[in-house]
Amino acid sequence: MTALAIHQLAKSFGGLHVTRGVDLEVAPGERRLIIGPNGAGKTTLFNLITGEIKPDAGSVALFGQELTRLPSRRRAHMGLSRTYQIITLFPKDTLLRNVTLSLLGLSHLRWNPLLRLDRQRSLIAQAEAALARVGLGHLAHRPLAETSYGERRRVEIAMALAQNPRVLLLDEPFAGLSVDERRDVKTLLFAIPRDVTIVMIEHDMDVALDFAERITVMHFGEIVVEGTRAEVVADPRTKEIYLGE
Amino acid sequence: MTATRIGLLAGAVVLLTVPLWVPGDYYVSVCSQILIYAIFALGVDVLIGYGGLVSLGHAGLFGIASYAVAYTLAAGVGHIAAVIVALVLALVGTALFAALSLRVTGIGFIMITLAIGELLWGLAYRWISVTNGDNGISVANRPAPFGISLNPPTHFYYATLVVFALSVFAAWVFIGSPLGASLKGTRDQPRRMNALGYHVWLVRFCACMFSGLLTAIAGILFIYYTQFISPQTLTLTASAEPVLMVISGGSGTLLGPIVGAALVEIVKNIASAYITRWNMLLGAIFVAIVIFMPEGLVPGSRRLVRALLKARAKAPAVAAAAEPNSGEPTP
Repeated sequence: MTALAIHQLAKSFGGLHVTRGVDLEVAPGERRLIIGPNGAGKTTLFNLITGEIKPDAGSVALFGQELTRLPSRRRAHMGLSRTYQIITLFPKDTLLRNVTLSLLGLSHLRWNPLLRLDRQRSLIAQAEAALARVGLGHLAHRPLAETSYGERRRVEIAMALAQNPRVLLLDEPFAGLSVDERRDVKTLLFAIPRDVTIVMIEHDMDVALDFAERITVMHFGEIVVEGTRAEVVADPRTKEIYLGE
Repeated sequence: MTATRIGLLAGAVVLLTVPLWVPGDYYVSVCSQILIYAIFALGVDVLIGYGGLVSLGHAGLFGIASYAVAYTLAAGVGHIAAVIVALVLALVGTALFAALSLRVTGIGFIMITLAIGELLWGLAYRWISVTNGDNGISVANRPAPFGISLNPPTHFYYATLVVFALSVFAAWVFIGSPLGASLKGTRDQPRRMNALGYHVWLVRFCACMFSGLLTAIAGILFIYYTQFISPQTLTLTASAEPVLMVISGGSGTLLGPIVGAALVEIVKNIASAYITRWNMLLGAIFVAIVIFMPEGLVPGSRRLVRALLKARAKAPAVAAAAEPNSGEPTP
């Protein structure tokens, strides 16, 4: 069974075909890298997988379960988690509250209007553990607005991992990071256990190529090349896309 | 004892002793009115401050509760039944209100709530067989819980104070609950909340219901306070008033709407006795708040106090640095 199976997925905005007949299969535990020039449709593909955009045609399945017609929130409950290219967090809250919100999203507790959230010891302990996992345990009570860009990236990853996803989608997790921060995030990603399947969009080849086992190259909304690192690098179409004819 | 607890205690003492230090029954009644509007503003603040949803139709929900009490009492039903009917009708009304208006957010939400508010005002004005039109409905008597008549202003004030305290406590519990945290999340990052597994629409719907409950409670207290209801209570101005209370006091805080309600009601009922153009005074106060404390009086005052404390803490250090020989023996 494949972890993530996409079949003939298509999406257009007016006359612009951002995704055309995309077929993609990711095996359980696999580390898949999706690359392509700006405007290739990579983030749109993520939005289609998570349900933030409805496709015009095609299907998405997670471990054999059809997701295509499910709303975004239901997909999170089925084990699909993501991070965003543009960091999307809760800047007024502390790091701990950010991660707590992530945990609460999958808990029945989220509908409770009578309990005090700050007294939910178990939930808060889990959030603290998630922050410690990404090396931010000591900053748990700091407002997000007072943290660095790299720390926020790690908070995003902590939030995604806190949900114990089966498939994790990472949209440019290294974007905008310093050399040291890249090293930290890379270490963090390598430490994610194999029961989490990871699909990652990334432009930084030095970091991403080490991480990925298979690479998919997208261009103008289509998958152009797919294979191992050596196969993709050797393929003339990859060079053509990045360097021109 | 923390500053918050000291503040709460001081606030409780002030509120409990109001009939002892305010000069006369009229002012006790004004204080009751402040508490009623504070509950109304708290209800509106649940949506504005914590949900990011500005409603211009809440006077309609307030009016449903008031009319329901007046109509059922006029039909010969007892007070308890009248209050229950009012709460049920107001909550059903809120559910419809939310189902229609939560299809959109931002300006769209404001416009739909405004339209619903105007629709309810129109119904109150034109459905004469039920509402008695412009003549309104009078309520002969206030209830007498446990044999204590609420007709004297002091008794009514204390009854209102009890309901007010329970409403503030309910709002505090709701805001600090997981559902309250979810609501704040949908205000700040609805897309992210959806991706995290939250049903954003349903969270907002629950917030609307709680807001409607507080509004209905205020509406019920209002009809017993004025003992009269007319379409005037459901106008757009009546909907805008709690919004202004929330904005001037500070949205997203529990104290802000209470302070805002006190400000508006004091200017409306007390300053108006001395100043003919009191509306202009109220407008000038709002403009001053927007310019000097755009976040509202409560958060603005907190900011000011923090800045003063910081400046005070820095002053000795600056003074010490300015004296190069400090600490050295003089020849």
